[in-house]
Amino acid sequence: MKFGVVQFPGSNCDFDTFHVLRNVMKRETALLWHKDHDLQGVDCVVLPGGFSYGDYLRSGAIARFSPLMQEVKAFARAGGHVLGICNGFQILLELGLLPGAMIRNKNLKFLCQHVRIRIENEKTDFTRAGRKGQVLRIPIAHFDGNYYAPARVLKDIERHRQVVFRYCDAEGNITEEANVNGSLGNIAGIRNREGNVLGLMPHPERASEALLGSEDGRTIFASLILSLERRKPARRPVRRERARHD
Amino acid sequence: MIDKKTLDQHGLTEDEYGLIVGMIGREPNLTELGIFSVMWSEHCGYKSSRVHLKKLPTEGKHVVQGPGENAGILDIGDGQVIVFKIESHNHPSFIEPYQGAATGVGGILRDIFTMGARPIAVLDSLRFGPPDDPKNRSVMEGVVSGIAGYGNSIGVPTVGGEVYFNPCYDLNPLVNVFCLGLADKDKIFYAKAEGAGNKVLYVGAKTGRDGIHGATMASAEFGKETEHKRPNVQVGDPFKEKLLLEACLEVMDRGRIVGIQQMGAAGLTCSTTEMAAKGGMGIVVDLDKVPQREAGMTPYEILLSESQERMLIVASPEKVAAVQEVFAKWDLDAPVIGEVVEGGRARISFKGEVVVDIPVDAVVNLCPAYNRPSRAPAVLPNPADLPPLPLPGDYADVFLKLLASPTIADKEWVFRQYDHMVQVNTAFLPGADAALLRIKGSKKALAVSLDGNSLYTRLDPKTGARIAVAEACRNLVCVGARPVGVTNCLNFGNPEKPEVMWQFEQAVDGMAEACRAFGIPVTGGNVSFYNDTEGLSIHPTPVLGIVGILDDIRKAVRPGFKATGDAVVLLGENMEELGGSEYIRIVHNLEAGAPPAMDLEREKRLQEFLLEAMGAGLVRSAHDLAEGGLSVALAECAFHGARKTGCEVDLTDTFRPDALLFGETQSRIVVTCRPANLGRFLKMAAAGGVPAKSIGRTGGRDIAVRQQGRELFRVPVEKAYRAWKDALPNFFKVRT
Repeated sequence: MKFGVVQFPGSNCDFDTFHVLRNVMKRETALLWHKDHDLQGVDCVVLPGGFSYGDYLRSGAIARFSPLMQEVKAFARAGGHVLGICNGFQILLELGLLPGAMIRNKNLKFLCQHVRIRIENEKTDFTRAGRKGQVLRIPIAHFDGNYYAPARVLKDIERHRQVVFRYCDAEGNITEEANVNGSLGNIAGIRNREGNVLGLMPHPERASEALLGSEDGRTIFASLILSLERRKPARRPVRRERARHD
Repeated sequence: MIDKKTLDQHGLTEDEYGLIVGMIGREPNLTELGIFSVMWSEHCGYKSSRVHLKKLPTEGKHVVQGPGENAGILDIGDGQVIVFKIESHNHPSFIEPYQGAATGVGGILRDIFTMGARPIAVLDSLRFGPPDDPKNRSVMEGVVSGIAGYGNSIGVPTVGGEVYFNPCYDLNPLVNVFCLGLADKDKIFYAKAEGAGNKVLYVGAKTGRDGIHGATMASAEFGKETEHKRPNVQVGDPFKEKLLLEACLEVMDRGRIVGIQQMGAAGLTCSTTEMAAKGGMGIVVDLDKVPQREAGMTPYEILLSESQERMLIVASPEKVAAVQEVFAKWDLDAPVIGEVVEGGRARISFKGEVVVDIPVDAVVNLCPAYNRPSRAPAVLPNPADLPPLPLPGDYADVFLKLLASPTIADKEWVFRQYDHMVQVNTAFLPGADAALLRIKGSKKALAVSLDGNSLYTRLDPKTGARIAVAEACRNLVCVGARPVGVTNCLNFGNPEKPEVMWQFEQAVDGMAEACRAFGIPVTGGNVSFYNDTEGLSIHPTPVLGIVGILDDIRKAVRPGFKATGDAVVLLGENMEELGGSEYIRIVHNLEAGAPPAMDLEREKRLQEFLLEAMGAGLVRSAHDLAEGGLSVALAECAFHGARKTGCEVDLTDTFRPDALLFGETQSRIVVTCRPANLGRFLKMAAAGGVPAKSIGRTGGRDIAVRQQGRELFRVPVEKAYRAWKDALPNFFKVRT
């Protein structure tokens, strides 16, 4: 299968995500330029973290108007898989592909730290390599990660099992203390009702190599590979250029 | 006509004015005077420091570029180089903490990518007044969020650094930012304008009226009217800089340019004249072509503006379009504003008229250097100054108090506001002895440590500076890296005060001695004088930034205890030294005595031995002893361990217990090894001439220290951890 990582002006996890998908997960990966209209035949679009357009308006509010995002929207509507990480999640919210919005962290500070998230729904294309209730240790790095949605919407996404990850403690308990940014319902990641679009605030690409302290993030990428390669004949994995990682 | 008052406003003396007139063969006009004023300021011209900085060793087998460029460059093998430097942004950060610190980050990042390197890490060394004062807290909050706001957005991780608190920084905080970049050896770029007929392009943000005379401001003391200087501080735009970074690296990668320079202090003036002078050429610039943010700017303002996120590029005429195409991709304009010419003069026109016509050499290279008078202070601190100190009644109490002292306490409150993981290279999270970054595609890793204890340098600038070098190296060695190069940021008071000049000389001497002893070259740095507010100077604060290389990242060693039952070994010798310690400052309210002694040969043996023992796979954890001495080091080893394992330690030294527990004797490291390896380890140490003593075992839930069998204290790890962990956040809790 082939991944595509979108580059917006101000994206700063584009190369990280590219590195992990290509050199760690060993799948063909393309960089997609925001001004283009070409999705280069990818099977999954990844919107990486960063500060698209400086986040000078609301996070993600400008990036959603990029020419490429019109293609991504059509791709998602047609059932294509889209993963939004951090700023990418914020863009998906702004684009309306996922419900809700992000507000400032409850302590009004940027937060960069390892957190734990619990897999709430293991029957998604983004989590099938994991177990229900499995606790993943993955870092966050954001200022606006405090998930908000009106009560009616919240009820709706809970009913349709759209909450995929919640902040939890080491034992998997959903606690107030574990909810570092103040998200409603400890929500760390949600999917759309159709199940082909997922957004999450933690950065799985930062937890994909043992050298960096955790490999739990691979569960998400591995799930996507499992889901998408099952569906179509596998492409040949890309040749490793050099030993790009340990 | 230039009068005395105009000269004063420009920070130039009458003698200097005489020199200028002699060099250009006539009286300068006001615009030209402005140019000389910034280029000959202390900040740009290093006029008080140059004669002393020559003493620092700058040669070494890995050195590709020493001092004099935007940053130093070292060869790390495999066709790669590292580019690094540290810079101060003290004055702006006091006037406007957020923007002052943010633009400090922006400036140093440009220094690095100007040379063709991608910035891979930022570290910062911060000094504030004590956090119990709300004014200091607000400065600190502003500085930390400014660093975060800029670094997080542009996507360069802030991976470590240090924060010290002392009342001497109440009105003069220090913000020193270090940046490390990685480049291919065959793609290094310099700030050179070569080749007559080549075009000069301006890229990045438009020029506004912000930051005019910033460099001159950084070259004078602050008084009560500093608030009026707020317009001198620039405003940062990390998004613009991110575009600039990517676009510049792209044009460089494609080999489309001849030379490049960032517009930092003294903006357009500095970049144009410096590039011309380095290329041995002249330059013509048409100011009407310079993108301007506001109407009605005078040539004086355009030339001296310090608007951020701007670069100057020299490209051959046939490649101009190709350069502009790359910048257009990143939504940036790159207009041609001038040309490289023969003749060594900067000729600048505005509305069809030549407004500046001066020799670039005079501006860039002929700034006078002063050997300013220096004098040792009348009363020198010495060991006799330390009055007899009563022994504390409760050592556990002192231990907890030290752990909670802001300088020693955990700094997570600071670093969790920084994105320290972006670029996925951060192998050690902030808080370890040194920051550790892997190099993708290689087994190698880079380690960085910043260090500088200004209490020591105040009491004895020479010894303090030697300690700063030794300790930064020791930090690197503790993670398993070999130190390879140094950059320094020298923060001092007003150099026109002979006592300050004496401190400076002494510190540079100490640094030079230590760098020679360790065989590590100084590849650049920054001097920040005039850290005086209302007549009071800060403690002399040299900050050392040292970079090390680890050949195999899998061999990196962490500070935390690994397991229960390991042998705790103390390398080095305990001595009865209390002078300059955090303990006497916190408990006895004294900044006195002589700082701990520094024997460079002993230190070198210690570091060589530790690297050897690590290479032999005998070391499970290593942590250096610093502020708070042995007891604090043991606690930190416990805190950094995965399971917060405690330890039981018994010491045989016979001197006073407080010096044993909290004294800051140098050249000591706490190491743990498997019991089975202990014998071999101790034998190896003996062979290396390094004192090593097995002092106890890891394990249990307490940190307990005995002296000759008598228990000095026993504190649960969890209790100590909370004291250390909660201290800083408690200052910032919202009070009702």
